[in-house]
Amino acid sequence: MDDVISNFDLVLQAFRLTIELFVVSGILSLIFGTALAAMRVGPVAVLARAAALYVALVRNTPLLIVFILATFGLPKLDVQLPFFVKGVIALTVYTSAFVCEAVRSGINSVPLGQAEAARATGLTFTQTMSNVVLPQALRAVVPPLTSTMIALAKNTSVGAVFGLFEATARMRYFSNNNASDRTLIFLTFALGYVIIVELISAAGLGLERRGRVATR
Amino acid sequence: MTSVLFDAPGPATRRRHRMYSLLGTVLLLAAAGFVLWRLQETGQLAYALWEPFVTPSYMRALLVEGMLKTLQMAFGSVLLAVVFGLVFGVAKLSEHGWVRWPAFVVVEFFRAVPVLLLMFFIFLTYGAGEGGIGSYWSVVIALTLYNGAVLAEVFRAGVLAVPHGQAEAAYALGLRKSQVMTSVLLPQAVKIMLPAIISQCVVALKDTSLGYAILAPGLTEVGKSIFQEFSNQLQAAIVLAAMFIAVNLLLSALATWVQRKLVGERKPLTVPMVGRDTSTAI
Repeated sequence: MDDVISNFDLVLQAFRLTIELFVVSGILSLIFGTALAAMRVGPVAVLARAAALYVALVRNTPLLIVFILATFGLPKLDVQLPFFVKGVIALTVYTSAFVCEAVRSGINSVPLGQAEAARATGLTFTQTMSNVVLPQALRAVVPPLTSTMIALAKNTSVGAVFGLFEATARMRYFSNNNASDRTLIFLTFALGYVIIVELISAAGLGLERRGRVATR
Repeated sequence: MTSVLFDAPGPATRRRHRMYSLLGTVLLLAAAGFVLWRLQETGQLAYALWEPFVTPSYMRALLVEGMLKTLQMAFGSVLLAVVFGLVFGVAKLSEHGWVRWPAFVVVEFFRAVPVLLLMFFIFLTYGAGEGGIGSYWSVVIALTLYNGAVLAEVFRAGVLAVPHGQAEAAYALGLRKSQVMTSVLLPQAVKIMLPAIISQCVVALKDTSLGYAILAPGLTEVGKSIFQEFSNQLQAAIVLAAMFIAVNLLLSALATWVQRKLVGERKPLTVPMVGRDTSTAI
């Protein structure tokens, strides 16, 4: 344990990489996932079907295999990228599918009657969307998106197998060097992940609370 | 939904939608064509790189040592996880604080820690070397702890989803607390939970692939030995992905069937980080 305490900056560095991976691929997968969801609920049948196929394929593929494709597969196509970028690509490709599902379920959760009533009172398409449907859809999207982001934060650990020296790889390193303190080392790193997860979950709850309205 | 948001499309709008469709098709085909062109350019479509996957001995290795072991690990850990989840899910519903709080802490801990971190810890501490439990059981135990924690939430939500009147009626008949749980609440809860448990099998199956990191047997390990021999990482990953997708789609179909058979039109049970239709289970 002394080794960990005297090298605590290495622990912090590792978690910094974990958080960097999480933030970059989180933002990218929110963007791509929302675009996919828009394609899926949109009126263009070809795009809707393509997005549905993407989601079905990616959701049922293990993240580890997506990582193999990104780290070993891309160089085979003469695409040379740093490990960080390849990790971000793998995480984004994988998480976008789940973001898409979360957003789509949020949009679908707004009862049809809401849009019908808005149209019946004479609101235009833009007014219906911006004043009635989207505000409700955004509220419904927050809880599943929070879960997806928590899963993403934990999934960054797979990068440890593919050349990224983030928290999980660092734990393996310390555990190999300090056989007697493995439990304490594990708990230290686990605590780091628990803190990250709790922060994301608190942010999600905060967003939910801010948007809360009286409902029956 | 889209149909009520705006008036029925007129000829101009329909024409515009047709143009989008055309444009979308062209773009998608161009993307697919580009990928194929890159594959061709870099020689990745060469038959020699795909040959192992149509060679009987390698196919047998993939199916028997790979798929079978992976399924064994996944279902073994889900079965153990059901036991773990039952114990901790019921404990979380306990009236006694000294039972409820430790159960809460354990469940939250294993839900928040990445499976891979857990797997490394178990393997390095108890699995590796002489007299260790080995990589197979390290994977199974890590998956049991994680999925068990998730299923504990499922059990809790399932029991809470049984209408109040059921427990009240049972108490009114003079049943004791444990009798109410075992003969009234749990049998009804299991019915609601079964689809969620089957969906959790998909998650477990996908996570067995993490055993790759600690050299555990299974599909990814067989795939690794193949791509190390033939240097066909891309092709191996595509074949492995296809095998996982096939099994997972079968499992999802089973979950949907069970849902329709047992739960009917009632809303499926949704639990944070487990959900089926919201598909937040990763």
